[in-house]
Amino acid sequence: MLGLEFPEINEVIRWVDLFPTFNKIALIACAATIIGSVLFIIAGRADPLTAPRGVRNFVEIVVEFIEGIIMETMGKDGLKWTPHMLSFFIFIYLCNLPGIIPVIYMPATARMAIPLFLAVVVWVIYNAVGIKEQKLGYLTHMLWPPGVPVFMKPLVGLIEFVSNILLRPFALAIRLFANMLAGHMLLVTFAILTEELVGSGNVFGIGLSILPFFMLMFITAFEVLVGFLQAYIFTILACVFIGSSMATHDEHAEAH
Amino acid sequence: MEATIALVAQLSADDEKAANAAIGAGFAYGLAAIGPGIGIGYVAGKAIEAMARQPEAAGMVRTTMFLGIAFTEALALIGFVVFILLGL
Repeated sequence: MLGLEFPEINEVIRWVDLFPTFNKIALIACAATIIGSVLFIIAGRADPLTAPRGVRNFVEIVVEFIEGIIMETMGKDGLKWTPHMLSFFIFIYLCNLPGIIPVIYMPATARMAIPLFLAVVVWVIYNAVGIKEQKLGYLTHMLWPPGVPVFMKPLVGLIEFVSNILLRPFALAIRLFANMLAGHMLLVTFAILTEELVGSGNVFGIGLSILPFFMLMFITAFEVLVGFLQAYIFTILACVFIGSSMATHDEHAEAH
Repeated sequence: MEATIALVAQLSADDEKAANAAIGAGFAYGLAAIGPGIGIGYVAGKAIEAMARQPEAAGMVRTTMFLGIAFTEALALIGFVVFILLGL
């Protein structure tokens, strides 16, 4: 039987501090910001009248993708949020990507700080938009969807309050964080298993090590998908939340 | 026999607590995965049905499917977080 030593969780997700208060997670986050900004600045400087080439081609695809998401969830009124959602998407995607880049191997979003902060930003935005667009009606509309009988109001109000105000940002942050952490832990597990089997010095063990190695490669490929999907889901949920705050009472009443 | 008794005596309350936490963590993740597993299967299956019936609506169905999966998956992920908090 193999005596596997799984490293402490702190060893897996904590990197050495480069200097106090600035570790490599922060470095990845800064790099993601800078790379994303530089890409879009370069693309923005290209001549808009000629056919797009190189970076601009890629950037236009991304912008159209985000616009598609917004059109599906918020409608035409939401298009002014394109730059914001675009920056969410690019930042989260570039933070997820280092999870599968050799040598770095750490998704910055696998630490709670970044997802939590992004979720709080979304929370502030959708509440602010709701109060701005619907004034006080936002609160009553949020707590009691139209058509709730009077005797149910206390119960429905409580449930809606907890789910809209407390659980939404929490679930948004947990979803991104836990997905990236789970992928990271899977990679760590199979990497350790492969290494232990190869290093066991046992012919059978070395032959068997090909199984966790293939699993490692498969999970790496899977993480490419997951990194994209989580950025997409975070963006689409942010759009849905903001869109639900934007919908006015009258439109809703007509729909019923 | 004496060695066993000495070993049992060495097991302090802390060790017992850690062992219970490890068992609890395993159960937490295993149980948390059941419901969302069924739920995601149901969501994806129904989405495929819808796409096969109306291929022109595939884009809209796919967006909604991802939304449904994201909400369903949250429960499993909370279980995973509990597993990390308790077990490691």
